[in-house]
Amino acid sequence: MAMVTDTPRDRGIQRTPPTVTKSEGRAKSADPSQVPAIHVEGLNFYYGAKKALENVTLSIQRNQVTALMGPSGCGKSTFLRALNRMNDVIPGTRAEGVVRVLDLDAYAKSTDVVALRRRVGMVFQKSNPFPKSIFENIAYGIRLNKVVTDRDGLNQRVEDSLREAALWDEVKDRLHESAIALSGGQQQRLCIARALAIRPEVLLMDEPASALDPIATQRIEELIFKLRTDYTIVIVTHNLQQAARVSQITAFFWLGRLIEAGLTEEIFTNPKQKLTEDYVTGRFG
Amino acid sequence: MPGTRLPFRLGGDLSFRIFTGFFALLLIVIVVAIGAELWRNSLLSIQKFGFNFWVTRIWDPVAGEFGALPFIWGTLYSAILALVLSTPVSLGIAIFLSEMAPGWARQPLVFLTELLAAIPSIVYGVWGAFVLAPWVRSLQVHMPDALRATPFFSGPPLGYGMLAAGLILSVMVIPYSASVAREVLKAVPLAQREAAYALGATRWEAIRAALFFARTGIVGAVMLGFGRALGETMAVTMVIGNSPQVSWSLNAPQYTMAAVIANEFTEAADDLYLNALVEIGLVLFAITLVINMCSRLLIMSMTRSRRPKAQDEAPVLPEPKAA
Amino acid sequence: MNLAFRRRVLSAAVTGFCGLSILVALVPLGLIFFFVISQGIRALNFEFFTNMPQPVGEPGGGMANAIVGSLIVTGIGAIFAIPIGILCGVYAAEYAGSRLAATVRFAADTLNGVPSIVIGVFIYSLVVLPIRQFTAIAGGVALGVMMIPIIARSTEELLLLVPGGLREASLALGATRGRAMFSVILPAAFPGIVTGIMLALSRIAGETAPLLFTALNNRFFSTRLDQPISTLTVQVYTYANSPYDDWHRQAWAGALVLVSIVLLCSLLARVATRRLERLQVGR
Repeated sequence: MAMVTDTPRDRGIQRTPPTVTKSEGRAKSADPSQVPAIHVEGLNFYYGAKKALENVTLSIQRNQVTALMGPSGCGKSTFLRALNRMNDVIPGTRAEGVVRVLDLDAYAKSTDVVALRRRVGMVFQKSNPFPKSIFENIAYGIRLNKVVTDRDGLNQRVEDSLREAALWDEVKDRLHESAIALSGGQQQRLCIARALAIRPEVLLMDEPASALDPIATQRIEELIFKLRTDYTIVIVTHNLQQAARVSQITAFFWLGRLIEAGLTEEIFTNPKQKLTEDYVTGRFG
Repeated sequence: MPGTRLPFRLGGDLSFRIFTGFFALLLIVIVVAIGAELWRNSLLSIQKFGFNFWVTRIWDPVAGEFGALPFIWGTLYSAILALVLSTPVSLGIAIFLSEMAPGWARQPLVFLTELLAAIPSIVYGVWGAFVLAPWVRSLQVHMPDALRATPFFSGPPLGYGMLAAGLILSVMVIPYSASVAREVLKAVPLAQREAAYALGATRWEAIRAALFFARTGIVGAVMLGFGRALGETMAVTMVIGNSPQVSWSLNAPQYTMAAVIANEFTEAADDLYLNALVEIGLVLFAITLVINMCSRLLIMSMTRSRRPKAQDEAPVLPEPKAA
Repeated sequence: MNLAFRRRVLSAAVTGFCGLSILVALVPLGLIFFFVISQGIRALNFEFFTNMPQPVGEPGGGMANAIVGSLIVTGIGAIFAIPIGILCGVYAAEYAGSRLAATVRFAADTLNGVPSIVIGVFIYSLVVLPIRQFTAIAGGVALGVMMIPIIARSTEELLLLVPGGLREASLALGATRGRAMFSVILPAAFPGIVTGIMLALSRIAGETAPLLFTALNNRFFSTRLDQPISTLTVQVYTYANSPYDDWHRQAWAGALVLVSIVLLCSLLARVATRRLERLQVGR
């Protein structure tokens, strides 16, 4: 694990005051007018009897890329999937605490989980396109939620999504060919386009580039950076450098707890917790 | 093997292979032999009647006239009817058992549906003859006249007939297609359903995505049930009425290929009669062979190709454990 | 939010339909069991198991000869099918990649799908016709042919489940492939194979069609292999087709016996499989 010595490139970041949290503390936003897109308070998450997340409190700011990092098994994916209740597909899971996503209380009984997922998009570790054409993959979510109903609108939406995902030029001539025939990197960008097609407000990405080669990874990272201005992005990554490159805010998880969260620059150059420092300097993986 | 002069050793690897290979070959030979024997013993009929055998309606052994159209008709009609009735139920069961059933209920329910498959066909026949047929008859008796006028329900209410046969066949077919469909659904990767859920799908919509992914396998499962229905003998012959007529009516007693062989084989006095029956058996063999082959191909192709065919350009990095 | 509501209703409706399907399948199951038990128990008495069939009208008829005949015919089938089936399974598992193995698997699946009446015709032409005699052996062979693919497939699957380490350890000690198979691997898979055989037997014991013109039927008690023999399934068929009430009652009783045998074997096999799983995986 290489040491992170360079500061993130200057990308003209708007320095939003960070929400630094410790496991026990309360989340604070220094700028009260900036309502966080997601606010999680005291989240405990269980797989059956096994506790996977312990008292996690974290705020995710709008239009930022927040990276969740930590070693294998630290709970970062569990946390991510808790945000759109994707963990519900696994039997025996249970959540305690408050997860407020946008204006919805995710785990309230009255919350329509379908409506939640409509507004929160997700991209998975391994690309999972449907065995349909490229066009049909993008159109699936649009049709499902009846976002656009006329044929022209649909075509336009599909094109817009593919452009947004930087895939349009590569596939515009073969929209009706099978999505499975695309390369791994293209499939993942297709999945991003598919998620974007229904115009979510938040985009969750679970190690989106871990199964890709370096070149494809770079394209995904550029894409994430570009998308930041329109979407709130939360990305799980086990790659420290990727977290440093791509995010403005980083949260470090370890053994189910949130150890530290703050501006990426500071987490990597001047972490406040010793555990964080050990992790970013590569003392343990 | 050191110290051996012979090209093989008794009990050695080669003789083991030959020994077991012989039995493997035997099984293959048996299958081929079935086709060969059926062919051999139907030659008389094939030579005498040729293709006309299959388009002639008259089956009159006494007069030496053999036309097998009623049997093909009855077999196909009853099997298709069974298919139509059983497929929605089989799919519903497969979906319920693989997606919806609570954990504690799964095993007992699976056991119960498999029990349906374990009941001997003759028991279905006895129940069909003494319970189902009279019930069908009362259904037919109380049928509104408007329905009776249609070609599907014309004829006297006997109970025994195509409807009873279709009903009992559909019950017998359900466990087969349901269990194969369930296996097929289990082979759909969770990632497909997750993708649908992440886009805001309801439970049914996510299942639909899984069904779409598994569509070839599902078709294969249904075909398997169809093949089963084609070859079923005892239960059918006890409720279908065993009358060689071609009729659209569900009330009419009809005949299937398997049933006529079962009933008339021992009464076949002359060689031509026997050959005619064997020819029916030969065609039944061929049809079920083709259907079963196709269905297995479909099922195999689906369970094998569940991974995307595209490979990444560079070697895949080892996937980290899910956090 | 009309659309969201409609989608939710649809999802709930489909869930309901699927649950209903289970009920739809269970209703005939329940009805069959109900009638078989209620009707069969009336005629089931000691005489049923010990007496010979009586002419119509005379009381106390039984199916002793049929029960014995079924045992004999199934036994012949088992003797015929078990070695062939196991050895086929052995070949398919040991030489899994070879073309012969693939062909055997295909042939086994094909044979499984052949209608039982066709098997009856096959054995008739092969065994009955040449000697112009219906025999118990013919019936046994017909049942055996039906059992072979079932036993072969289940043996193959079970052998493939045996951990590879076992085989490697045996080979490393200098055993030939054959020795390794018969002394180590087969014994390891033995309980499962026995279960598979039991399942095959229970399925075959209920077959009627292949016996109709191979073993035929016999009004008298006979254990001779070169003569037609009475079997429970064929006897039930004959009685059910007759116009006599007494014989109908006996048919129900025979059906009850058949169902009981099948149920027992299924339960035993299931319990055995569960216990085996626990032993092998070490849960």
